[in-house]
Amino acid sequence: MIGLTHYLGVAAVLFVIGVFGIFLNRKNIIIILMSIELMLLAVNINFVAFSTHLGDIGGQVFTLFVLTVAAAEAAIGLAILVCFHRNRGTIAVEDVNMMKG
Amino acid sequence: MIQLLAFYLFASTAVISGIMVVFSRNPVHSVLWLILAFFSAAGLFVMMGAEFLAMLLMIVYVGAVAVLFLFVVMMLDVDFAELRGRVAEYLPIGLAIGAVLMMQLSFGFLAWQEVDAARPAEMMSRGVGNAQQLGEVIYTKYVYAFQVSGLILLVAMIGAIVLTLRHRDGVKKQNVLTQMYRDPKEAVVMRDVKPGGSL
Repeated sequence: MIGLTHYLGVAAVLFVIGVFGIFLNRKNIIIILMSIELMLLAVNINFVAFSTHLGDIGGQVFTLFVLTVAAAEAAIGLAILVCFHRNRGTIAVEDVNMMKG
Repeated sequence: MIQLLAFYLFASTAVISGIMVVFSRNPVHSVLWLILAFFSAAGLFVMMGAEFLAMLLMIVYVGAVAVLFLFVVMMLDVDFAELRGRVAEYLPIGLAIGAVLMMQLSFGFLAWQEVDAARPAEMMSRGVGNAQQLGEVIYTKYVYAFQVSGLILLVAMIGAIVLTLRHRDGVKKQNVLTQMYRDPKEAVVMRDVKPGGSL
């Protein structure tokens, strides 16, 4: 029978893949954004798994909020990316030094 | 049995497509693999009894976010092969950090003990649908969080528009105020043109 452990395992693997993707594609910010989406998806799977396991609907409500924030983050991130590409003609993360941070 | 089969199908699809998102050479393929990962995660959600969230994942992610990614990837004129960079250089450190993180997660899980006293207030086994259960708490218990999430979406929308809006000179646009203040007396001039002559 499928229990909590199975879902937590899948979520952990997906989260690690997301972190790994950020390190692997250090230059390509689009892949980095997609890796962040993968990590948020793993978090969502965790939330829903615990929600089902504990019989508490609150976990699913928070999954809803995570989805909302992830959508907003993707939209803002891609808008910044488009703006940056318009100004600089590149999207390489290493070239992002306009603010001298 | 069929449940176990479905779980392993969805789980392996999710993991494999997640790996392909990271390793694809072409970002368009990455986005398509991401869509597949979201689809299989939606399958997992359905198996966990969260049908409404599965539908939401389809609509929000596959319908909006993934298409947004696809749109940006295709719109930007970027040489992605150049951005690929030195994968072999980053591979060891990425693998090391991934292994450490995985180890930490598994240790955390192994050390975790369920507290029985932490049973929730809202039980889910009342024989109503998943969407109804969610709806019953979203607008009552979590109403402020729900409003804030709407505000976040509004800010994101305005921010994205402000960031990408571009005013260019020399573009003819409709100016409603000028149109409304146009006076017919000034707009039309009567001229008496003589036969055979011109203005």
